[in-house]
Order: sequence, then C-alpha cells, then structure tokens
Amino acid sequence: MILTLILMPVVAAIALFASRSRAASRVLPLGCALAHLALSVACWRQAPAPALGGWLVLDPIGKLFLLVISVVFFMGAIYAAGFPGTQAPPRNDPSAASDSFQSEPIFNGCLLMLLGTMTLVTASQHLGLLWVAIEGTTLASTPLIYLRRDSRSLEATWKYLLICSVGIALALLGNFFLEVAAAKADGVPNHSMVLSEVLSGAAHFDKTWVKAAFILLLIGYGTKMGLAPMHTWLPDAYSESPSPAAPLLSGALINCAFIGVLRAQQVCAAAGLAPFGEEAILALGLLSMAVAAVFILGQTDYKRLLAYSSVENVGIMAVGLGLGGAGAFGSLLHAVNHSFAKAMLFFIAGNLLFVYQTRAIAQVRGLLHRLPFSGVLWLTGFLAITGTPPFGTFVSEFSILKSAVDQGRLWVAAMFLGLLGVIFIGMATAFLGMAQGEAEKETRTRLSWMNLAPPLGLGALVLTLGLYLPPSLTQVLRSAAQSLGGL
Amino acid sequence: MIDLLLILVVLTNLKLLGASRLGASIRTVAAQGVVLGLLPLVTHPHPLSIRILELAAGSVIIKGFLIPGLLFRAVREVDVSREIEPLVGYITSLLFGLAALGLSVWFGAKLPLPMGALSSWLVPVSFFCIISGFFLIVARKRAVTQVLGFLVLENGIYTFGVGAMQEVSPLVEAGVLLDVLVAVFIMGIIIFHISREFEHIETDRLSTLKD
Repeated sequence: MILTLILMPVVAAIALFASRSRAASRVLPLGCALAHLALSVACWRQAPAPALGGWLVLDPIGKLFLLVISVVFFMGAIYAAGFPGTQAPPRNDPSAASDSFQSEPIFNGCLLMLLGTMTLVTASQHLGLLWVAIEGTTLASTPLIYLRRDSRSLEATWKYLLICSVGIALALLGNFFLEVAAAKADGVPNHSMVLSEVLSGAAHFDKTWVKAAFILLLIGYGTKMGLAPMHTWLPDAYSESPSPAAPLLSGALINCAFIGVLRAQQVCAAAGLAPFGEEAILALGLLSMAVAAVFILGQTDYKRLLAYSSVENVGIMAVGLGLGGAGAFGSLLHAVNHSFAKAMLFFIAGNLLFVYQTRAIAQVRGLLHRLPFSGVLWLTGFLAITGTPPFGTFVSEFSILKSAVDQGRLWVAAMFLGLLGVIFIGMATAFLGMAQGEAEKETRTRLSWMNLAPPLGLGALVLTLGLYLPPSLTQVLRSAAQSLGGL
Repeated sequence: MIDLLLILVVLTNLKLLGASRLGASIRTVAAQGVVLGLLPLVTHPHPLSIRILELAAGSVIIKGFLIPGLLFRAVREVDVSREIEPLVGYITSLLFGLAALGLSVWFGAKLPLPMGALSSWLVPVSFFCIISGFFLIVARKRAVTQVLGFLVLENGIYTFGVGAMQEVSPLVEAGVLLDVLVAVFIMGIIIFHISREFEHIETDRLSTLKD
C-alpha cells in the first residue's frame, strides 16, 4: 500500500515525461490526486503494512502529513486543471506563449514527481532514505518554479536550487555524524539508520557528535523549511512560481522539511539532549517570526507578503516544537492549519494575479466589487492565517502560547504574542486595502469553479479544525507529539 | 595508498582555487571525482566485493564523467568566454585555501573518528573540501563555478561518509548519487537558460529579486 502510494505518481510522471501527451497531461494529475487521496484516507482507517523491510512505515507523524499533503495536492490538481495561467502566458509577453504551452506535460509530470517524493518523505523511516527523498522533492519542484521562463523566475529558480541543495547537503553530513555518534558508543562501525533502531540506541550515543549532527540536520532541513536566517530563497521562489505551484510549495512541501526537523529532534530527545535541541529550534523560530514581521510591514507585493507569512508560520511551528510538550502538539496542529490556510491564500493570489495582472498590493483595489467571491475568500484567508478565532490557527497558536505560559517562560510568550500582533497589523493593512476601495473597472470577471472550489474547500477545513477537532486527528496528533518526547 | 588519494584530493582543491580557466576547473573536478570514486576500494576491508566495485564504478562514472560531461556541454552551448572572473583574486583564494587547510587539520585533530579511522587525514580532507566548496560558491561569479563549488562540497561530505563508515546501504548510496546527478543536470539546463536570457552566466547579475 505504501509502495503503491509512492510509485503511482512516479510512474504517471515518467509516462508523461516520455509521451509528452497533452491529453494524458490533463487527466493524469487529477486521477492520481484522487487515487492518492483515497489511499491516504484508507491509511488512516487501517495502518498499512511496513514495506522494504521496515524502511517505509507510516508512523503518526508520517500519517498526519501524508493526509495533509494529499489534500493540498488534490486541491492543487483541480486548480491547475482549471487554471488558465498554466496554459496562457501573461498578456504582455507573447513570446513565452509557445514555451509554456509546450511545457504543460512537463509541468504536470513534475507535479506528480513532487507528489511521489513527498509521499516518500512521509513514509521514510530510514534517515538516509529520508535525505534522498527530501532532496528529491527539491529537484522535482525546481522546474515548477521555472515554468514562466523569464529572467525573474530564472533568478528565483537558481537561488532555490543552489541554496536548498547546499543546505540539504549539510543534512547529509549530519546523517554521517549521527552514524559516527552511534559507532563511537560501542565501537561497532555499522549501525542501522532506521529510525526505530536509532531511537532505541540513542541513549548510548556519543553526546558531542549527536549535538553536531543535530545542528547540521537542523540547518539543512531548516533551510528547506524556510527558517530564518536560511530563508533567503523562499520569498523569491514563492513569489515567482506560477500560481498552481506556489500553494503546493507552501502548503505541502514545507511539511516535508518539517518532518526532517522533527526526526532530528526525535533523535536528539532520545539521546537525552531534548533541551539542547529545543533551545536551538526555539531560537530559530523566534528569529524567523521577527524577520518575517520586518518584511511583512510595508511589503508591496502580495505574493511576497504571503511568502514572508510562510516564514512567520514555520517560525510559529518551530517555537511550538522548541517549547516541547503541549507546544509540540500545537506545533503539529499549526503545521496542518498553516498548510490549508496558506495554500488557500496562494490559490486566491493566483486568481488575483490572473485578473489584475499585477502583484503590486497598491494596484489591486476594490477586490470585493470586482471579484466578490475571491474577495470574500481573500479576507477569510487573511483571518485564517493570522490566527483569528474561530479558525484552526487560533487553536494551534493559542496552545503554543499556553504551553509557553505554563512553563513560566513569559518572555517567550511575550515575544510570540508581540510578533503575532505586529504581523497582524502588517497583513491587515495590505489585505484590507486590497479588498476595499473602488474598482478601476467595474467589470466583473468570471472565474471557473475549479479556481474557486479549492480555496473554498481549504478555508472550510481550517474553519472546521477551529470548531471541532475530530477524535481520530487528536489521537494522531497526540501520539505524534508523544513520539517527540512531549506530553 | 589512502593517504595518496587524499593528498590528490587536497591538490585538486588547491588547483581549483587557483584555476583561471573554466575548462581546466571542470577537468579538475572530474579528476577529483575519479579519485574519490576509487577511495572505497582502498578504505574497505573487502575491496573486491561486488557491492564495493559497483559503488566505485558508479561514483567514477557519475562524478568523473557524466557530471563533467554535462557541465562541458552547458558551457560549450553557451559559448562564453573561458575566464572564471573571480570576485576574490586567485592568490587570495589560494591563501584562503591554505588557511582553510590548516583549520581543517586542527579541526580534524579535535574530532577524532572512533574505531581507529583508516587514515588520520580523512576528516581534515573532508572538511577542507567542504570549506573550499563553500568558498567557491561564494567567491565566484559564474554559475558553472558555483556548481563546481557545490560538487566539491558534496565530495567532501562523500569523503567523510566513506571514511566514517564501512557500510552504507546501497539504496541510499545510489539515491545520493542520483540526486547529485539530477541536480547538476537541472543546474546545467538553468545555466543554459541564464546565458540565453542575460547573454552571460554571471550570477551577480541575478539580483532583481530583493526587498
């Protein structure tokens, strides 16, 4: 079952690369996404059997993010199928027309490849295989950013590929360090890097090497996740990537890197160094939130605004994880909420970009008049991403805050709350200005339901998570947080 | 024998830091790839097992021939001038290299490998590669040179991996090699497009996107 989940999109992608068939390119992503979602739900009902001799197992963390990725990808597939922007070039640049038109099977093939590698990340229990899979997600997503083929997207693609590859290379060194830490403990050179065995033996690992390994893993996977100060590629990549791709990068791919960080923290905690890891993650988290706040205030480009909001939100996840205990629970819940809310906003940003043909906040006015449906969703998304009740993000941010207060770490709580406040103000200025005002043209533009249903569905999910946490989800979150040494 | 190979790796790094021609740099990285591909043959207790032979052959082919081939192709197609145009001069780069080498040796002495590593040079050489790789990425303008820096960095990590452990599972090894290969393949395509878009391949002109 796990193997099917991984191989199905990969095989479909290879078929697309080989055939370049445009008909297949329209059908395959949607079909694969639907099948993937059905199988992922089935994995929740009944735990799938381990595959590849225990290398592929869905533990609670994997199970949680598999479903999140699958849902976001399904919405993304619907959106991409209906999005005119994937086929039509920007109006002012007819020369790019043939290019992006021809590359549509390649685009969809890369989407499927990304789904396959992301699924592999969720299921990998072997730390080496996890590395291979995470680097695989980088490679599969690179061509997506470069779809538009102009100088700006080229620059973003180069930064993304180079910075992430170098970062992830450091994570590989971290894996080797971990192996040395294991070998140093008992003098036996060959240790299995399967997570369960690493965790059971970690108590005897050499502490210095574990610390060094953890730092490298955190920097490596943190780069991919977008934690400051390694986030520099992120605003460029998110703002330049085409509208159907950006929601997947922010809504699904971030979680894969987060899984890498979670695994590193699991090992650290098992080695009896939980406070060391938590302090480092907490510091990066607060720094990310601060950096995001600085760049969100006065931001002029709404896609970059959303990108910096992603930096803020990975910061929130890191703060939660760094607090440990109930904070880890909140952190995982926030990862779920952020995926849905941010993907929703990037979908609508795609609609805005298509209609207004600009990414400048100042030039988008009267959204509620011109695009009533998208405009309402845009404001809803704003409330959802800033953690306003009754959305799910409020629940997760509140539980992180509560855990900081419960631990008596009032300065963390104060900084967390202060930065959230600043970011709320910055985002409110931009979002409200865009929604209100007179529309330049009073013409209403009609968008396909395929471009409206995905953000609507995701918004409904965030709202639902704020009102009611299904017991099965709570249970998975709880056991995932427990595996991180919390609760 | 191990020491000989490791010294060759150090020499290739120094050559890279001082090299002014693009073609020579790519050939140097190719030579480094071949040397590192041979490394498992001398570090391993049973060098002639099929697995080790496969790993060595795979590394030599990918690091020594396929990747340099891709880079040569990217450079030939864009037909740029063959000078490297460093941001940091060659002499300074070499001096930096010597300082980095000293630092690596000091660092390697601080972090001894367990189980009596095969050569006390393994850790310093791998760190030296990693530092040189970072330096090449930062201090050179050309996209191709940045890719070479990434490869040297990756080679350093590989050196550490070969030295630190006797067995890495074949699936992971193959995956790592494949990832690097595909990364360079995509980078080669991007280099081609950068040159077409900007009529040069200098990354310092990639500076439109900022806040």
